[in-house]
Amino acid sequence: MTVPVRQGVKVWQRRERAAQFAIWAAWLVGVAVLVVSWSFISEKTIWPFVLDAPQQAADLGVRMVPPDWSFIGQLWRPMWDTLNMATLGTVMGIVIAVPVAYCAARNTTPSAAVLRPLALFVIVSSRSINSLIWALMLVTIIGPGVLAGMVAIGLRSIGFCAKLLYEAIEEIDEKQVEAVRSTGASAAQVTAYGIVPQVLPAFAGISVFRWDINIRESTVLGLVGAGGIGLPLNSAITTLAWTKVSLILLVIIASVVFSEWISAKVRQAII
Amino acid sequence: MSAAGAAPAVPRVWRKPPLIKSAALRWGIGIAVALYLAAAFGTTEINWGRVWEGLPRGARFFAAFFPPDFTTRSSEIFDGILESIWMTVVATAIGIVLSIPVGLGAAKNIAPAPVYYFCRGFLAVSRSFQEIILAIFFVKLFGFGPFAGVVTLAFATIGFYGKLLAEDIEDMDPGQAEAVRATGASWLQWVNFGIQPQVLPRMLGLALYRVDINFRESAVVGIVGAGGIGATLDTAFNRYEFDSAAAILLVIIGIVMLMEYSSGYVRRWVQ
Repeated sequence: MTVPVRQGVKVWQRRERAAQFAIWAAWLVGVAVLVVSWSFISEKTIWPFVLDAPQQAADLGVRMVPPDWSFIGQLWRPMWDTLNMATLGTVMGIVIAVPVAYCAARNTTPSAAVLRPLALFVIVSSRSINSLIWALMLVTIIGPGVLAGMVAIGLRSIGFCAKLLYEAIEEIDEKQVEAVRSTGASAAQVTAYGIVPQVLPAFAGISVFRWDINIRESTVLGLVGAGGIGLPLNSAITTLAWTKVSLILLVIIASVVFSEWISAKVRQAII
Repeated sequence: MSAAGAAPAVPRVWRKPPLIKSAALRWGIGIAVALYLAAAFGTTEINWGRVWEGLPRGARFFAAFFPPDFTTRSSEIFDGILESIWMTVVATAIGIVLSIPVGLGAAKNIAPAPVYYFCRGFLAVSRSFQEIILAIFFVKLFGFGPFAGVVTLAFATIGFYGKLLAEDIEDMDPGQAEAVRATGASWLQWVNFGIQPQVLPRMLGLALYRVDINFRESAVVGIVGAGGIGATLDTAFNRYEFDSAAAILLVIIGIVMLMEYSSGYVRRWVQ
């Protein structure tokens, strides 16, 4: 903040001149990048298709109402598969994430030179590939079905869970660890009694949080052939059965709201 | 020492206290989990023959990473990645600009009740669908191409960013906002000088995080025809061109890692 005097009057300014110019330049660059990006998008867009979107939306809206409730009998099975993919995938992700997080945390890693970078690479590659891409890959390798979806969810969850878990491990209170060590505990005992109790609540919270996200993710894996509610959604969309589509969307919303509610309850109970 | 055989009043063997205190709840959860796992594994159909058949294909896929083939499809990969980047930039900018009014409206401490409920409802709906499902509908409305992807990502950004902005405003220090209001500031000045400086540092960090998410998502919306590298990746998998697919995945991982490192620098520079 500066108060220069202009023509005998003090004028309040929020920033120094240099800071103001730097911010102005940053805005200029930002807007320029935005305009350039937009021009590329615009070039590849067929504008007449965009402009008739309101009619399309109205048309689609009319065709989707009312939902075809008689179809719901055929949705229980795919919904059960979706739930299983999310749950078992989360379990698989967590089981692998624990040792990865242990190797990635600065204060517990057995070797900072080799294992830690390796664990961090596992975390980044698992995180940067969407579960749908994992599913796409696994469907071509191990065939379409629930197993591919489960493994896709699991592989995607490793990075998320391991990242949050190793951050929790790095934030533990070292005094408690030291206290356990000073009783003459072995390395395994130090981990079991000094570290695990401190990160257990965070661990449970992370697992439930990821499960909640995975329910949402597993609803779409069927689009690439990996089982679950996405399969009937895909076939309903390709056969233009819009009343079935709207029913499936309602089921998906219900399941997402339900899983969010459970996860919020469990996290409240733990923390 | 007449009572040598009697048990001591306090047990001499220490046991770790369990995570869940109530024994009934602990056993109940354990039994429920066991029943669920039995049901899930019992009803999941896994075609082990197909898995077995796919394993050599999986081995070929992993072999394709050494070395990946950047050259055969280099122009498609280059175009797809650039399109993903343009989409990320435009969608993040539009999404954040639009999420500011929604976020202000969804903050309980500054918005009147009807506005609050409307904005909260909008945020809840926009967050409950997976990006892919949104993308399917936006492709129907706006036609194939990156525009539909931009709308999808911008919509998802509003849900994410608006919610976090609203929560940050609800957590702010009311004293500072009141001090600005006491000077006779208009509503806009009040928001700009009383609220904005309090939430800006955290929101900048979250904006960078959202850029990261949007880039990763822009890599998958192409699978349903909404532009970006996803379409190229889908084609590569469907043609079993694993070495091109490996190249695309490595490019995605590389860009995500690069963004993660640079966002750390930008965050330090801002704060």
